Amino acid sequence: MTNSKSEKKVPFMLYVKTLLKSVRQYKKETFLTMLFVGLETILECVIPFIMMLLINDIEAYSQATGMETLYKILTWAAVLLVLAGFSLTCGILSGRFCAFASVGFSRNLRQDIYYKIQTFSFTNIDKFSVSSLVTRQTTDIMNIQLAYFLVIRIAVRSVLMLIFSIVMAFIAAPSIAWIYLILVPVLFGVLLIIVLICYPIYSAGFKKYDKLNESIQENVKGMRTVKTYVREDYEKEKFHNQAYSLQKFFKKADRLAALSSPILQFFMWTSMLCIISIGSFLIIQNNFDGVENGMTVGALTSLITYGAQCLSSIMMVTMILTMIIMSLESIHRVYEVLTEENKLLEENVGGAKLTNLDDGSIEYKDVYFRYDNTSEKYALEDINLKVKSGQTLGIIGATGSSKSTLVNLLPRFFEVTKGSLTIGGHDIKEYDIRSLREQIGMVLQKNILFSGTIKDNLLWGNKDASDEQIVKACKIAQADEFIRNFKDGYNSRVEQGGTNLSGGQKQRLCIARAIIKNPKILILDDSTSAVDTKTDAFIRDGLKRVCPNTTKIIIAQRISSVQDCDQIIVMKDGKIDGIGNHDYLVKNNDIYKDIYNIQNKIGGNQE
Amino acid sequence: MKNKTNILGRLIKDIFLSNPLVFILSIICVLLSSVGIIIAPIMLQEIVNNVVEPAINGDLANWQEPLINNIIILATCYCVALIGTFSYTQLTQNLGNNFMQKTRERCFSHMQDLPIKFFDQHNHGDIMSIYTNDIDSIRQFAANSLPVMFNSSFIVLVNFILMITIYSVWLAIVVLIGVIAMLFVTKIVGSRSSRNYVTQQKMIGKIEGFIEENMNGLKVIKSFCHEEESKKDFDKVNSDLFIAATNANKFGNILMPILGNIGNIVYIAIAIVSGIFLVLQGQNYNIISGLQKTLEIGTIVAFLTVTRQVTYNFSEVANQVNSIALAIGGSKRVYALIDEKPEEDNGYVKLVKAKYDEKGNIIECPKDSKDFTIWAWKHPHTADNSVTYQKLEGDIRMFGVDFSYDNKNIVLHDITLYAEPGQKVAFVGATGAGKTTITNLLNRFYDIADGKIRYDGININKICKKDLRRSIGMVLQDTSLFSGTVMDNIRYGQLDATDEQCIEAAKLANAHDFIERLPHGYQTMLTGDGTNLSQGQRQLLSIARCALHNAPVMILDEATSSIDTRTEALVTKGMDNLMKGRTVFVIAHRLSTIQNSDVIMVLDHGRIIERGDHNSLIAEQGVYYQLYTGAFELE
Repeated sequence: MTNSKSEKKVPFMLYVKTLLKSVRQYKKETFLTMLFVGLETILECVIPFIMMLLINDIEAYSQATGMETLYKILTWAAVLLVLAGFSLTCGILSGRFCAFASVGFSRNLRQDIYYKIQTFSFTNIDKFSVSSLVTRQTTDIMNIQLAYFLVIRIAVRSVLMLIFSIVMAFIAAPSIAWIYLILVPVLFGVLLIIVLICYPIYSAGFKKYDKLNESIQENVKGMRTVKTYVREDYEKEKFHNQAYSLQKFFKKADRLAALSSPILQFFMWTSMLCIISIGSFLIIQNNFDGVENGMTVGALTSLITYGAQCLSSIMMVTMILTMIIMSLESIHRVYEVLTEENKLLEENVGGAKLTNLDDGSIEYKDVYFRYDNTSEKYALEDINLKVKSGQTLGIIGATGSSKSTLVNLLPRFFEVTKGSLTIGGHDIKEYDIRSLREQIGMVLQKNILFSGTIKDNLLWGNKDASDEQIVKACKIAQADEFIRNFKDGYNSRVEQGGTNLSGGQKQRLCIARAIIKNPKILILDDSTSAVDTKTDAFIRDGLKRVCPNTTKIIIAQRISSVQDCDQIIVMKDGKIDGIGNHDYLVKNNDIYKDIYNIQNKIGGNQE
Repeated sequence: MKNKTNILGRLIKDIFLSNPLVFILSIICVLLSSVGIIIAPIMLQEIVNNVVEPAINGDLANWQEPLINNIIILATCYCVALIGTFSYTQLTQNLGNNFMQKTRERCFSHMQDLPIKFFDQHNHGDIMSIYTNDIDSIRQFAANSLPVMFNSSFIVLVNFILMITIYSVWLAIVVLIGVIAMLFVTKIVGSRSSRNYVTQQKMIGKIEGFIEENMNGLKVIKSFCHEEESKKDFDKVNSDLFIAATNANKFGNILMPILGNIGNIVYIAIAIVSGIFLVLQGQNYNIISGLQKTLEIGTIVAFLTVTRQVTYNFSEVANQVNSIALAIGGSKRVYALIDEKPEEDNGYVKLVKAKYDEKGNIIECPKDSKDFTIWAWKHPHTADNSVTYQKLEGDIRMFGVDFSYDNKNIVLHDITLYAEPGQKVAFVGATGAGKTTITNLLNRFYDIADGKIRYDGININKICKKDLRRSIGMVLQDTSLFSGTVMDNIRYGQLDATDEQCIEAAKLANAHDFIERLPHGYQTMLTGDGTNLSQGQRQLLSIARCALHNAPVMILDEATSSIDTRTEALVTKGMDNLMKGRTVFVIAHRLSTIQNSDVIMVLDHGRIIERGDHNSLIAEQGVYYQLYTGAFELE
């Protein structure tokens, strides 16, 4: 979904609720992280307080109290050591638990998305693009993991630190601590303003940045074109302008964001000046004017520590807020996938019980289909078609004439909008969706093989297939020969995306993979375009011989691929323009005639 | 390790050189900003020792004045430091941004000058990650890590000197021990953490690959009901990442608490040691003879603050470990790109605008001339300082050309061919037979190992590469379009062409009709490599671009298998229009498009095994005949 902005706003709490479902077994770690971070923070606030007491004792030292002071110092030191030890333990424990909690959460979340996507119907898949689905499972998850980490560890710490520092400041020196009650909200306000000004600039800037990277990618990909047209200097200048304008854009925001550091210092030092001047005054007053305000040198130093702590935790809090705001877009994208509705599946839960296709006969009766219920135009209109079991159906037509859409209805990748579609004498809605798909072999237009061995890929069709079955299928698909020519035969590796195989080889492997399924209906969606005509003929011949009972549907660009079919339909703009066998169509259908003439004029034989 | 320091050194040097003035100014401002942090405890000590203590001890006379004086001094220092902080944060932010901008442009600019070989040998994803990740990590380093490190190290250093000189050597030693302990911990934990981060990064790459593959094949997964297996495979990769990531984060997360608490322990140690000193001093046990100065209470208080600063700032430096590691990794790749050798061009024969004078001699026209009739090769001869002109015609000859990409496997053997102006030469052969390689040699994307190639009788090694390429038009297998309007993309062929000329070219290429039907006609924006166009439409656009370019020699590397027949007829017609009157090299996939070639060369494993026109090759009944009758497939 590219226009996520136009989607209606989802309340923040709903995001949180949906995403937090993925915490699951890491609830304990999450809780322990927060607990130990909390303890660590409290200890870190108590330690300066004890240090203050210690300093007070040093301060109170006089010749007379000599050894007694030493004992006191040692006692406090021992207490401090124990506290530091506890703090260290808590810190390490929270760090470890936090690693498990945040990484575990992101693992679960990634798994939930992945599992969810596995349940998507083709409508759902087409709604999101492949690259956006990849981003949602990688970059977006990483952003969310970081946000989660920040919240359970750093946010808990900063907020507690803020509260305890103020509390401890009041305990140490109630007469001055009120300064922080003024400084803290003011600082928070100022920092927040900076964030609010910068955020829109950054988020617009990142989009520009993506554009810049996109054009770099174009340049890298099109380097041959650049060099052929000798456009190196032109490209340099184009890039310079683009990069320069981006830079100017970011600079503004970066400089504004950089203000936060001197601002924090300003507040810290203002507080220090106040505390030192007022504090010194109070100490002296305490000693002489008989005014009991409890101010001591120790209180002064610890107050300074608490001041620094609470002001810098304010800084952390704003930083975390910024990060959360920045990750909102990722959260939204993940939320979209997690809450994507799949109507097809829900209906399936109900009555569908048929698991076995009696035969491969197909009947389309007044079938209409549109991708989106709101769109006016139907992708398929008024389709009436009957195919007997074991027959071969050819489909031909221009790009965009809905040939693929027509066959995608059979395994219920899409749902018929109007009319009925019957397979083996039953409406397809009566079948269990998995059983239906298991008995329909489909070779898609895009030949996708997965990394692994050739055999691994073939076993997709039927994981219990014997070696003989595999070889048999490959022979039909005319793949056996080239596989055997590979060094490792059937155990040769297929690289990611099948890059080490040629287009024709991939197509033939995909056909073999579908044949191994031993399906009742076999659909070849433009699957032999890269295969030469002779091999193509062998494949069709093999199918006819070996699988006489399988209904075969062949979508093709080449007349030669479909001319022997029992029945051929010509598609045009989502409608059946002509139906019949080759001889009939050559005489009676203009489109078919046209294509036939073009292809025959130029020899009919390609490649 | 040495290598790492070198890279870091080079990076810092480059940052410095990018703007020495700002760099030095930033350092000064960083130092100024440290003033406030260093001065505070000293002033605190002053106030406690000289104002508060005497006052407590009964010296009530004018305590206000020194207090106010001290506070004014402190406030002034703070102001100076604040100005320092403000300036250095602004300056380094600028410096970092400008440096990033410069580096990015430097990389891009340099990349434009690299030979095609570089792009053939490097994964495009890897090149892209220089721009998307590495340069940013360098900016982070320049704008944030470097000043923080500098600031903090300076504070640590100055404080340490202060400790030794004004306060107490013995207490300073305690702090030193603490700092060494921190250094030790940072080294152990930091190296484990960064080692695990590397593993994590690898695992992220792996899971990205896995997800991409499975998202691409999602429809296949569904049609084979393979969801459960796919989930199982995913779980494995996902849990590998989990293990790597927890290891990395575990170490990353515990560094700070450990350092912080070592800081606490140092603080406590100082308190104990100074307490003992104090008491011993009181008891007149002056056992440590080196301790000349007596410890005052104020000194201890100030020393404790300084201790906190030392340990805190040390942690700040340690905190930059990961970002430094990232910057080193990033700059390593950036420098590898920048150090890559650019394409060399020793050609001296140039392409110039020219016309015939009355006597029929070729005379050169000025560069921006509109009134020229021909293009000519300007050939200066160093021997006698003369210049000869040769009309650009498009006559290409190859003599016994051998070529190898890697100096090991010979890709082309003894290729000899003649293409006279206006002739059409076709190459047929399987993938890897060397078809595209021949065209790579013509425009010198690669240089031949042996043999000769002549263009209009001139050895192409003598021709300036840019001019050579200008004289050869190409329609490539993978059409690349650039973000911009359709018009912009056509105009890429000749930047100063008018709209009318572009439209004319589009008409010639048969692209005009479909362009008119686009939502905004010629002004339709193309994004993401023209994904909103079909393969055939993209092909037509690139033909139009080539038509506008109007070069006498043309290379057509066609790939039309995914185009439907009707569009293919359009493309073929466009190509035919384009080929008229030019020397054309066609790499054929569909034999139909090359039947009317003057010469067809059948290539096999880098050798020309058959040559002749269509009829003679058919008559020969060899490989071409088999291909033509469909007995063979071309892969």
